[in-house]
Amino acid sequence: MTPRQKRLWFIVAGVALVAAAVGLVLYALKNNVSLYFTPTQVFNNEAPQGRSFRIGGLVEVGSLQREKDGLTAHFSITDTHKTMPVVYKGILPDLFKEGKGVVAQGKLETDNVFHAEEVLAKHDENYMPPEAVDAIKKAEAANAAAAKPGGSSAAEKPVAK
Amino acid sequence: MAINWFKYAAPTTFYGLAGKMIPFFAWPAAILFVIGLYIGFFVAPTDAVQSEAYRIIFLHVPASILSMFVYLIMAGYAALGLIFNTRLSSMMAQALAPTGALFAFISLWSGALWGKPMWGAWWVWDARLTSELILLFLYLGYIALHASIEDPRRADRASALLAIVGSVNVPIIYFSVKWWNTLHQGATIKMSGTSMQIAMQQAMFAVLAACWLYVIAITLARVRSIILEREANTQWVNDLPEVKQTNGRLS
Repeated sequence: MTPRQKRLWFIVAGVALVAAAVGLVLYALKNNVSLYFTPTQVFNNEAPQGRSFRIGGLVEVGSLQREKDGLTAHFSITDTHKTMPVVYKGILPDLFKEGKGVVAQGKLETDNVFHAEEVLAKHDENYMPPEAVDAIKKAEAANAAAAKPGGSSAAEKPVAK
Repeated sequence: MAINWFKYAAPTTFYGLAGKMIPFFAWPAAILFVIGLYIGFFVAPTDAVQSEAYRIIFLHVPASILSMFVYLIMAGYAALGLIFNTRLSSMMAQALAPTGALFAFISLWSGALWGKPMWGAWWVWDARLTSELILLFLYLGYIALHASIEDPRRADRASALLAIVGSVNVPIIYFSVKWWNTLHQGATIKMSGTSMQIAMQQAMFAVLAACWLYVIAITLARVRSIILEREANTQWVNDLPEVKQTNGRLS
């Protein structure tokens, strides 16, 4: 082997080894690298008990209720499998919406309600003008109506917003 | 027709060639910046959810993409310099580092400005943000290490090692939103296409192309300075008309 080839293989082997080492470390720290736990993980007792952690998922549609003080909000975070009730006192971010992603930091108290100290909105990867969103909603409503034999779906079930 | 490519690997010939190439990249970069930002701010529609704040992506996304690509190119040049002992490769790696650091910084900074109104936080320690911060530190570490060693050839070798090892971080940044739960959203531009409105796409790709051209132009300009600096004692540098002129004025 020429010195050039030696150096080349030295670098290739070095990078492969470092990549493997970093990969193993990250795999071992999988739960620590993830920003939040899903409600399913919390129900399976994978989340830390008695101390602060983050929970993430979608705000369940129809679950948001505000108390009379205007600051305290009750809602549920769901991963469509399990659902966790959350209470939060403070200002919710602009993107906070039912059916949208959210990450809350706080503690699971003995009343089995997650007491959040901080609520962050999670945005999805879609960028669309408002007209396009309206068009999609209309198309979805039309599809839902077409899928039901006998026509009017609105009478049986309100169309999801 | 056989071109002797190695001729251009010599700093002596590359100095002149780079000088001639710069305008061909700098001007299209400037024009594309203007076009891209014009479409981005005046033509592209408002986003349904984020309203006007989403327009940060026209800066944020190109800067983030470039911060990763520039690192890989820098590490590639550094590896070439180590393997083939070519002086120009190491100089290219050194010339790319400040630009990469700039893009990593813009990415983090614009992301923070967007994160406060949208997420409700300037910063979270999620995998995407943290690995991008590590990328910025790798760039700064590379620059600092190179500057701290007096002999440029030794500095090249030491910092090349850092650059090559650090390249492991780039795929981690890219795939972080897939591998772990993060607050940062997933990729909008995928191999299978993108979920973006057409004017938004045009603006983003125009700025992205402008950034690429800017990287090439600024790197060529910087590598010319590095060549002059390192070869200051050679005859060919002292024979350059621009150097002669300056020396004449100084003496």
